[in-house]
Amino acid sequence: MTGRRALAEYAVPTVTLLGVLLVWEAATRALRVPNFIMPAPSAILGEGWRWRHHFAGHIWVTLYETLGGFALSMVVGVPLAVLIVYSTALRRALYPLIVLMQSVPKIAIAPVLLLVLGHGEIPKVIVAFLVAFFPVVVDTATGLAATPPELLDLSRSYRASAFKTFLKVRLPMAMPFVFSGAKVAITLSVIGAVVGEFVGSDQGLGYVILSATSYWKTELAFSLMILLSVMAIVLFGAVSLVERLACPWLAPADEE
Amino acid sequence: MIRLDRVAKTYRTRRGDLVHALEDISLEVGDTEFVTLVGASGCGKSTLLKLVAGLTPATRGSIRIRDIDVREPFPDVGFVFQQPVLLPWRSVLDNVLFSVEMLGLEPRQYRKQAGDLLELTGLAGFETKYPRELSGGMQQRVAICRALLPDPSLLLMDEPFGALDAMTREEMSLELLRIWDERRKTILFVTHSIPEAILLADRVVVMTPRPGRIARILSVDLPRPRTMELEFDPRFKAASDTVRGLIFAGRGAAR
Repeated sequence: MTGRRALAEYAVPTVTLLGVLLVWEAATRALRVPNFIMPAPSAILGEGWRWRHHFAGHIWVTLYETLGGFALSMVVGVPLAVLIVYSTALRRALYPLIVLMQSVPKIAIAPVLLLVLGHGEIPKVIVAFLVAFFPVVVDTATGLAATPPELLDLSRSYRASAFKTFLKVRLPMAMPFVFSGAKVAITLSVIGAVVGEFVGSDQGLGYVILSATSYWKTELAFSLMILLSVMAIVLFGAVSLVERLACPWLAPADEE
Repeated sequence: MIRLDRVAKTYRTRRGDLVHALEDISLEVGDTEFVTLVGASGCGKSTLLKLVAGLTPATRGSIRIRDIDVREPFPDVGFVFQQPVLLPWRSVLDNVLFSVEMLGLEPRQYRKQAGDLLELTGLAGFETKYPRELSGGMQQRVAICRALLPDPSLLLMDEPFGALDAMTREEMSLELLRIWDERRKTILFVTHSIPEAILLADRVVVMTPRPGRIARILSVDLPRPRTMELEFDPRFKAASDTVRGLIFAGRGAAR
């Protein structure tokens, strides 16, 4: 990539964002919008800065719940996809159940889960898992089913066992799909953890947003939203980085 | 080497329709013979290769390789498909070693031979490249090396040059003949291209579709080593007219 194109790639969105923030700031000042309805960007940043020492503990809780839900969705989702692809009977038995589970609104399950499992982080981890695991299963299953039939014939003609073929051909072939599922799952896990916290908790960023709004502290709620977005972006970036390290053969997207 | 006796293959589609893919196929292929199968789409050429490899059972008739009944995947064959189907996460060398690995052999003992094969196919120096860094023709060469590495006595090739551009295709045909000259194998080669079928083969098997049958088996009495100039030889033209006639006669009858 040439320097000029790199500049355009980063400069244009940065300038756009700054422009939006400036218009926002100017509009809230000029129209004298009360802070609790629409705080100015400066007010949001100021409020966030004032409360910065109180965030760390809550960040850890939400991060823990998010990563727990994500890890669970991978640990359950990938083997489940393998079972579905390899066994017709299991596919018939499990697939409708998985789709049914996916069609239940998770926000509706959350209160029930919290009722059954009580407070603490575990129910939030489970909500995050429930929200995140569907794309992992679907993408992994798609990837495993996408092995070229010629490669399967080839493995069979060498009398390789089904397990060897799985390990050496089908699973690595499915890796890009597994990672695209994981990238969706990590961002969904953040949502799941926050939804769990909304329903009932006394810690975590979702809880802080809820209490900030009940005290009309819209600026604080906004600054926490920004914090959550940054967290989601960083986690997404981390998964992408792992993908690039684990699958170095995938061509970089900007190669032309 | 290979002996097919009144082989038929019938299978059911997902919708339950019965398809007669092959009917009454009798064919003998000698040791180190180069036989091409040519015919229109749907005449069961690819199915025939799968039957010989033991990947799918025949409905009727018998298939024997060196007097052994083929009832299960026969490991002494190398397969080359229309697409190279290399493993994108493996280097060129490791892709070549894939065949011996899947056969349960120790890949480290085959590194030298794999290198020799890459050299033979003009890929020396590309050992550590990824498949995506190679052209289509080079990828197909890697696939051929992969098939040759365990030194099978039989090579099954299913339109191996079908996805390549015309110029690369000619080049690869001549190269395959050179490899065959150096490492004598029995080759069953499926193609859509009549000139390719004649240029390569000792004998051309002309097939007609629905159900797939052998229309005629033609001996090609052109001198070896073959070159592209042979296409202007009157014997080449006569052979290709005969093949074309058989394929189109079959088409007329099907309607």
